[in-house]
Amino acid sequence: MQKVFANATEALDGLLEDGMLIAAGGFGLCGIPELLLDAIKAAGTKDLTFASNNAGVDDFGIGILLQTKQVKKMMSSYVGENAEFMRQYLSGELELEFNPQGTLAERMRAGGAGIPGFYTQTGVGTVIAEGKDVKSWNGKDYILEEGIFADLSIVKAWKADETGNAIFRKTARNFNVPAAKCGKVCVLEVEEIVPTGSLDPDAIHLPGIYVNRIIQGDHEKRIEQRTTRPREEA
Amino acid sequence: MAWDRNQMAARAAQELEDGMYVNLGIGIPTLVANYVGDKDITLQSENGMLGMGPFPIEGDEDADLINAGKQTITELDRTAYFDSAESFAMIRGGKIAAAILGAMEVAENGDLANWMIPGKLVKGMGGAMDLVAGVGRVIVVMDHANKHGESKLLKECTLPLTGKGVVDRIITNFGVLDVVEGGLKIVEVADGVTEDELRAATEATIVN
Repeated sequence: MQKVFANATEALDGLLEDGMLIAAGGFGLCGIPELLLDAIKAAGTKDLTFASNNAGVDDFGIGILLQTKQVKKMMSSYVGENAEFMRQYLSGELELEFNPQGTLAERMRAGGAGIPGFYTQTGVGTVIAEGKDVKSWNGKDYILEEGIFADLSIVKAWKADETGNAIFRKTARNFNVPAAKCGKVCVLEVEEIVPTGSLDPDAIHLPGIYVNRIIQGDHEKRIEQRTTRPREEA
Repeated sequence: MAWDRNQMAARAAQELEDGMYVNLGIGIPTLVANYVGDKDITLQSENGMLGMGPFPIEGDEDADLINAGKQTITELDRTAYFDSAESFAMIRGGKIAAAILGAMEVAENGDLANWMIPGKLVKGMGGAMDLVAGVGRVIVVMDHANKHGESKLLKECTLPLTGKGVVDRIITNFGVLDVVEGGLKIVEVADGVTEDELRAATEATIVN
């Protein structure tokens, strides 16, 4: 069981296919699999569908794959930070399926747990409910949402051991856990691969069973909105 | 003359009670955190955090620590982190006592529109639809009228909905109104505003 690969390109070898569905972790630019996205850009894989909460910014995150026109469709909850995205969407080059954020997360979680559909109150009476089955429990309506079964998961954690047991840091966990679980294959990039046995087994956020391939690398970790208070206030 | 943004936020803070877990939206709702005083309130950030602290001191920003508006923030002693599925499980599961959100339109039956204007740039609903469907109480804080002077409290929403029949209470620069059977009920009138002025500025049915 050799899960550790030398770099992102090698870790993705044999996994990329035109037209595939990729689940990607991250929220905004926080905790995104930046090394794997770079490698997908270099591989030139086309007509990709991404299940990802956001679409990055013009020159970082999934945005870099929009520039090269490698993305056919996005399944997201919020795409407001990306001008190239808007241009392609408004010109009809790019498909967009809006998902409420919690519905998107639960669709990934459900897919990873082998659950093909679930009912939720989120979106009842809105455009999100159009064409979806409605059921009532105790006088309240719920709509049917489907689990996401991705061809590939690309996610980023803080540290992992050589078996793929991974831990995340602060709010960089976000969509990485549900995205990791819903793919047929999951590739994980981390800031540091540590020796197996050195992580506290009680503190694992993502057990290694969900992770097929691991790489370590340097991350830019760009900040989208730098908000601070002055030092004298503290 | 009516409440300003900070007075609206201060009034919204009065809705919060000791021990509550609360989600604050972007804009005026964010200011509510400045007015909770001694009350023991835990703020949820739907990207995966309970116990959200203030902005970091210059130089202490951490790319791994942001709020749902993608702004750098800090943690507190009580902070807990979790993934997005867990975050919305606690929202959908009714564990969050209240959400305080902005709005473009609210209807007299509690319908809320705050995520898209047809023909304009559509950015997405983010977590708003999940929040209004899941939390215990939805409190809207917004200006009473739009920039053309037209009421944003309507008989029916004209914009695509975020949620149907979800709003419990509306706090505007003119006062506080509850969504009740048959329409909106005036709870409080803002300083410098008369009840007649509030009624005249409101398209929605006001019930006594």
